[in-house]
Amino acid sequence: MGGLRIHPLFAAVIGASLAATMPARPDAQQLPAPAVALPALTLPVVETAQVAQGRYLAVLGDCSGCHDRPGGQPYAGGVPLPTPFGTIYSANITPDRETGIGAWTAEDFWNAMHRGVRANGAKLYPAFPYPYFTHVTRPESDALYAYFRTVAPASYRPPANKLPFPLNIRFMVTFWNALNFKEDRAPTTGPSPGEHIVRGLGHCGACHTPKTLLGGDKADHALEGGKLDNWFAPALNSDARTGLGAWSEADVAEYLKTGRNARANGSASMADVITHSTSKMADTDLTGIAAYLKAQPNHAAAAATPAPDPKVMAIGEAIYVDECSACHAADGKAAPTYFPPLPGAAVTQSRDPTTVIRFILSGTQTVATDARPTPLSMPSYAWKLNDAQVAAVATYVRNSWGNAAPAVTASQVAGLRRKVAAKPVQKPSASI
Amino acid sequence: MATKLPSVDAVLIGFGWTGAIMAQELTEAGLNVLAIERGDWRDTPTDFSPAFAQDELRYYWRHELFQRLNHDTLTIRNKTSETALPMRQLGSFLLGSGVGGAGVHWNGQVWRFLPSDLKARSHNLERYGKKAVPDEMTIQDYGVSYEELEPHYDKFEYLCGVSGKAGNLKGVIQPGGDPFEGPREREYPNPPLDMPYAPSLFGKAAGELGRHPFPHPAANMSRAYTNPLGVQLGPCTYCGFCEKYACGNYAKASAQTTILPVLMRKKSFTLKTNSEVLKINLSADGKTATGVTYLDEKGQEFEQPAEMVVLSAYILHNVRLLLLSGIGKPYDPQTGEGVVGRNYAYQITSSVNVFFNDKILNPFVGAGALGTIVNDFNGDNFDHSGLGFIGGGYVGVLQTGARPIETHNTPDGVPKWGQAWKTAIARDYLKTATISTHGAVMAHRGNYLDLDPTYKDALGRPLLRMTFDYTDNEHRMSDYLTDRAAEIGKAMGGREIKTNYRKGSWDVVPYQTTHNTGGAIMGDDPKTSFTNKYLQSWDVPNLFVLGATAFPQNAGYNPTGTVAALVYYAADAIKARYLKAPHQPLVQV
Repeated sequence: MGGLRIHPLFAAVIGASLAATMPARPDAQQLPAPAVALPALTLPVVETAQVAQGRYLAVLGDCSGCHDRPGGQPYAGGVPLPTPFGTIYSANITPDRETGIGAWTAEDFWNAMHRGVRANGAKLYPAFPYPYFTHVTRPESDALYAYFRTVAPASYRPPANKLPFPLNIRFMVTFWNALNFKEDRAPTTGPSPGEHIVRGLGHCGACHTPKTLLGGDKADHALEGGKLDNWFAPALNSDARTGLGAWSEADVAEYLKTGRNARANGSASMADVITHSTSKMADTDLTGIAAYLKAQPNHAAAAATPAPDPKVMAIGEAIYVDECSACHAADGKAAPTYFPPLPGAAVTQSRDPTTVIRFILSGTQTVATDARPTPLSMPSYAWKLNDAQVAAVATYVRNSWGNAAPAVTASQVAGLRRKVAAKPVQKPSASI
Repeated sequence: MATKLPSVDAVLIGFGWTGAIMAQELTEAGLNVLAIERGDWRDTPTDFSPAFAQDELRYYWRHELFQRLNHDTLTIRNKTSETALPMRQLGSFLLGSGVGGAGVHWNGQVWRFLPSDLKARSHNLERYGKKAVPDEMTIQDYGVSYEELEPHYDKFEYLCGVSGKAGNLKGVIQPGGDPFEGPREREYPNPPLDMPYAPSLFGKAAGELGRHPFPHPAANMSRAYTNPLGVQLGPCTYCGFCEKYACGNYAKASAQTTILPVLMRKKSFTLKTNSEVLKINLSADGKTATGVTYLDEKGQEFEQPAEMVVLSAYILHNVRLLLLSGIGKPYDPQTGEGVVGRNYAYQITSSVNVFFNDKILNPFVGAGALGTIVNDFNGDNFDHSGLGFIGGGYVGVLQTGARPIETHNTPDGVPKWGQAWKTAIARDYLKTATISTHGAVMAHRGNYLDLDPTYKDALGRPLLRMTFDYTDNEHRMSDYLTDRAAEIGKAMGGREIKTNYRKGSWDVVPYQTTHNTGGAIMGDDPKTSFTNKYLQSWDVPNLFVLGATAFPQNAGYNPTGTVAALVYYAADAIKARYLKAPHQPLVQV
């Protein structure tokens, strides 16, 4: 994915991070003395049961997804998280006393996880997904804390956040919290382990739940699909066409474990989540997640889809045969687990066509996992197809083989092309 | 002044098929492996995506995937009495460059040599007597038997997902396969590709003449395939762009589509691209390779120490680097002594076009190894008594895809240009089948490789000099194959045929095959071979030389299957024995 890791949590209105402790006014940002003095972490690491639990919880939470920057030490932060409101940089959560959280107590950590406040009492920007982490129990928080005490301390200060006034004032988060965050929400310990992960550490809704204008979750539309950073993350609910209704629980678990199944290939932002988090989860947790997601209702009003223009469909079909059928096959059925089939595909039929347009413009690469190491890829067509052609072929795949979804317009393509096609992932012409 | 780097367990020079296989095997054995490749990193989505992979002008005519000859080329002559000249464009063979090597632009033709091919000298002497192998024909036995290589051929075929039909399973001849092949332990991993019209017509005619047609074994996928490493290859689309092209659909086996997804994830493996090895370094006594010296892309010089050096570039580069490093005694064609450059061999091809009036053959449908073959005249599958040659080759219709700029077969009597030519092309393009012959080349005392005394590369190092020509043995054999092809061509029932014999001296211009062989051959005598049967240098036991470099002479089959089998065979010996006693020879003489 390159240096700019696109992580979901920019959905938050004013995103920011623990790292924001450093930047603008360092004189006012001194870390307070720890309430409990802790030993320097140069001792040999002892893998206690609590540390082991914390290590696994860090996997469930995909902590490294935001806190590992390419080339940096694990958990040293500095990953730029683009948000609609500016760029925030993730925090150094290694036990370095000066630049990380080495001076924090377990209580400080719990407050950050559960109440969204730093050790010095300042508000955290909700790019750190504390609204989800309120579902984390105190023993889990303590285990995570214990684990992070064991990672190698990194002396590294992430760059300053790039947020405009007044969002760069942390106190503003108070207002956001008033609207979007219920402090001290009772931790969810049940009813199922799947729900505990999905609503808690897994923070699936950060991407997959639609947002309010302020970037908070639309609570009554949880997991119905969300748009962020020029991707549309599909619905994770029981809807048969746009969600997981047609997937078996085993399908969901296989996708999360191996990065692909007979219905879809994981790529784009989800690739990071699969790499760092879901591919390392225990099978029982994957099954639990699958059961919970498949039980989620779809409240989105099913808009009637008008039949697409036959002329556009004819153009789309011609382009499809020339450019797409080699991998996806003339009947769209492709080669499941190799190249994803299009009939019935949620990402193809989502109400918002952003992702299907973006795949065509930018191409994409299936995530490589230990179980499925081949990064099978789709090329970029940004250089080859104009806006009307992309719109036609996108409309065609959204409305063929039993699929049904609103037609895509050339202006939708043009809008996305301006934002994402500047960096095609493929080189379009000869280098000679 | 070279910067000295920390030592690695094994350094590989060149990163195509052989380098990738050996790196995978050595990292599995726990070694810390570094591969140094002078060309670019290349991968499917970035360098040969299906959105632009089928570009004949860009890839074939402008040579995008091939070696850049303005940096390094070779000089060529037919015989020692001539002055070799540097080649500014290659045609007869097309050297690769970059990750995956020439294995990126190959056809995917995966063959096993015949058991008798591996003992060409002793077998022919035994069957036909001393007269069959004249003194000037310096053929040798490989030193390894078909039985020894069988599991390793198998391993490569399953790595690649070869589509084919076995003809001999554990000694039992199978209908629909090649009855002449050596016994194999199990069936191919994938069924044969769907056969187009022209190869089907060939198969029918050949069968009626008493030949034994079967589908060509292809590393083009007849269906989606996951290999034993867990790497996934997609189904072939029959687009007709394999040879001279890279596959955009993950449907042709290459290092990229079979090994690299797994290998590149390993922490114990490192690849440096755009870095050129200048020489293999030796200890003071010349008996140990201490590592390599290379230039990175910025022109900085580094010394990379290693416990073991593996030479895994293309054969011509392997031989040149041995000569530049002063390893092994250079071959002298006057005395017949010396081993580096010895027994260079190649391939000889010819063809027969069959023009139909009434059959639309859709020749643009194709895959690199898609076709019907007969091996009735390969190797020693037929009695050579009285024929005046040894060896043979396969005959068949391979429908690789009639790319429009390249493909314009016309019957005898049609002018080479102008309206009559255009009319003939328009009339015949869809209705022409081409039967190919693919013949062996025996080693000959006067065919060899050495360093050019005059011409140098961009870094000031002498170019490799190739001295090569076909001998009477090759011409007689190829003409014989061409006549057999013509018999089948006539029986296919077309309007007319055109017979294209390979006449005269070897010519560097018309394309034949990139099947250069020999130059640092394997064997059982240090006086006549550079390596032992495990591809281990006799002189420098921690140096292994991979590739068709090891072939004492070439057979009538495409070489890659045997190249890979030899690498797996060597890797097994390294893992099982060499690593337990490093720096020691695996064969005592």
